[in-house]
Amino acid sequence: MSERAHPAPPEEGTEPERHDRTELSDEQPTEPAPPATGADAAIAALTAAGVEHVFGVQGGAIMPVYDALAEADDGPTHLTMAHEQAAAHAADAYGQVTGEPGVCMATSGPGATNLITGIADADMDSDPVVALTGQVPTEFLGNDAFQETDTVGVTRPITKENYFAGDADRIGATVSEAVELAGAGRPGPTLVDLPKDASTTETAAGPEPGRLPTYYDVPDRADESAIEAAAAAFEAAERPLVLAGGGVVKAEASEELRAFVNEADVPVVTTMPGIGTVPEDDERCLSWAGMHGTGAANMAVSHTDCLFAVGTRFDDRLTGGVETFAPDATVIHADIDAAEISKNVEADHALVGDAAAVIEQMHDAMATGSSDGSETDTGSDRHAAWREQCREWQDDYPMTYAAPEDEPLKPQFVVEAADAATPDDAVVTAGVGQHQMWAAQYWTFRHPRSWVASHGLGTMGYGLPAAIGAKLAAPDREVVCFEGDGSFLMTLQELSVAARENLDVTVIVLNNEAIGMVRQWQDAFFEGRHTASEYGWVPEFAAIAEAFGAKGFTLETYDEVADTLEAAFAHDGPSVVDARIDPRENVYPMVESGGDNSGFALAEDQL
Amino acid sequence: MSDDADAGWDDRPTQADRGAQREGLAGPEPTDRPRPSGRRSKQGVRIDPEAEASHPARRTTISALVKHEPGVLAEVAGLVSRRQFDIDSLTVGPTTNPETARMTLTIEEPEPGVRQVEKQLEKLVPVISVRELGRDAVRRELAVLKVHDDRPAAVESVVEMFDGEVLDAQPGTVTVEVTGSSSEVDRAVEAFQRFGVRELTRTGTGALARGTEWTTDAEADRYERQASSTTGTTNSATDRRTTTTAPETPTDDD
Repeated sequence: MSERAHPAPPEEGTEPERHDRTELSDEQPTEPAPPATGADAAIAALTAAGVEHVFGVQGGAIMPVYDALAEADDGPTHLTMAHEQAAAHAADAYGQVTGEPGVCMATSGPGATNLITGIADADMDSDPVVALTGQVPTEFLGNDAFQETDTVGVTRPITKENYFAGDADRIGATVSEAVELAGAGRPGPTLVDLPKDASTTETAAGPEPGRLPTYYDVPDRADESAIEAAAAAFEAAERPLVLAGGGVVKAEASEELRAFVNEADVPVVTTMPGIGTVPEDDERCLSWAGMHGTGAANMAVSHTDCLFAVGTRFDDRLTGGVETFAPDATVIHADIDAAEISKNVEADHALVGDAAAVIEQMHDAMATGSSDGSETDTGSDRHAAWREQCREWQDDYPMTYAAPEDEPLKPQFVVEAADAATPDDAVVTAGVGQHQMWAAQYWTFRHPRSWVASHGLGTMGYGLPAAIGAKLAAPDREVVCFEGDGSFLMTLQELSVAARENLDVTVIVLNNEAIGMVRQWQDAFFEGRHTASEYGWVPEFAAIAEAFGAKGFTLETYDEVADTLEAAFAHDGPSVVDARIDPRENVYPMVESGGDNSGFALAEDQL
Repeated sequence: MSDDADAGWDDRPTQADRGAQREGLAGPEPTDRPRPSGRRSKQGVRIDPEAEASHPARRTTISALVKHEPGVLAEVAGLVSRRQFDIDSLTVGPTTNPETARMTLTIEEPEPGVRQVEKQLEKLVPVISVRELGRDAVRRELAVLKVHDDRPAAVESVVEMFDGEVLDAQPGTVTVEVTGSSSEVDRAVEAFQRFGVRELTRTGTGALARGTEWTTDAEADRYERQASSTTGTTNSATDRRTTTTAPETPTDDD
């Protein structure tokens, strides 16, 4: 790791003296005092946008911005993370739980490059994140100066939009726009690169709250004739199915979705990011579809003749091979991003708009659409056989698992026990791997914004920093983080942050001494050669937790589960439960990569 | 608190009945399940399972009006490369409005690919308006060739045949310019090969919609706005005076 401060003290000879903040700019926002420097303008823009928390790591080029943050009245609170990647993940999770953009900060060069995994993660999952990065003074740009990286160039493919803010007078407006854009329309990450000379230059230009780029359109309601055609198709279907994606969470459309599903009396499945949009114990909910989804959900998407998909981008982990995905279905695709329509799966009906608005429109169109005026005569009875079929699939493919006394602890049992021991509104975060799948499969989610994970990018180590961000977003909710041993090892330095801030998060490590998902694939597709997937030795996570100042527990037998989890949840501060699970346990059901969803394997011999 | 309200999940083990569990997941094996009868193509389009669907690629021209600011070309080029779009050429140049630039892309993609290119371009924040041009659009390309001058009269006649222009003649080489449609330029280059083409440079295609049709919607909008806000001048489509709207804000044009 490189040092983060300039070896010599900051030597910009042109550094202006701090002025009293009496100069008024003509377009004065509500709260913040008129800024004095570009850095002050950046912080004022965050304040004006209502940003309450910033996650970051200090460093040479970003120091003026930190200084402005410290000087600002009513500015956001800063949480110093151990590593910039964790700052980006924490901001991402904060954004997922609150629905407001999460903000992270880092210095130039290695600080900015460390953010990249987190920014890419937010980009793949359409999470609202704003990154502020320091940059070397503009006179040094392109000279390969100390801690210089072309941050704007490097992050161009993984941001919704990024900005080089080389003019102090434009910093306020640029940061305002970056915050607004991150949450507007289809959310995503934005980045503002702040060269040190611009952030230390005097300016009277303040933020411009609510500012959006000139040509940026935010779709709201879908085209009415498209809605009518889609509603007619959905009503005419014999085997209609609703597929709820992460976009339903982002659009705050869960209420509308639940009302629609109840009214239409049709089965509903979710994608993995869509978990919680409908309660998983609702009789109409078949849980989530995809590679490790439930049998019933995968049978339903395979056999539906009309799929109403809302806020999903038909990721390959959901569809398997597109050749066999919902192959008999008329597809109604609602999305706020027109570019997602017919990208992976052709839409017969394209509804471009905000999920909440579109569901309402569909709802209204179906209520008034029946020609003879008798409202729901069409639905209920005609779909009875289909609903019954879906229920049968639920009975045929229950999510059971064997847990004999004489075998090591099963991870599914640990997940269910943790679910039983926590309140209904707990937030669950996860790293990436087998433990993530078990958490998603065996925890019963009933609310949106309670499952916080890395889906599209699949970032190992996401869980703990996400738990930290989630705790700041929802201090009154229990925050449970599932990690695998391999995943946890990637970001466990953030325990130092949780301990320092005494954040009440509980990390449950489902420890099978391996990169379990890779080992599972090696068993299935690489003739069991466990290359670089088994550790043979893993550290004592409970002792590591204690060394960091957290509480550590080790869990090995069924009889200890309830008491250990209770003690961990009861501990007022961070705790780590090292659950030594059966290393032979693998994640099923499983749809082979590029396979047919209805051909999911229930065990390895069916692959 | 967890409860077992939902059917299908009611077999969840509690510590009490743990020993009585079934052996893992149960249910009909993949071979014993009903399978859907339909099929989709690789592009996700539903097809007749009996027929092998293929979407033939077609060559087309897409015009994008973009904000004239640094980084836009890199953004578009990056988009094209990372999404694996099959692109023949990409040209960029200024427009009559100092705030905007026009990009012309010639691509060769199947129908779903063409739509994706349009929509992905449209999604970029600095991109104002995107349109696929009709088959009748005006498309021009420029080639500059340096050929051996062993047979100057013959070179001259080929230049004339293609309405070209001699830009430079020195002992040993003649440098000529040819403009035309992409295929005309292809033919010209082919024709000059007989003299030996020492060096060649070619632009991509620049294109505009034909007649009074606007090349992108944004230009139509801007034109309408301008017409309604300009008092006393009657603007018609044949009016050749190009007036530019003043930039709303100073631009950071390089």
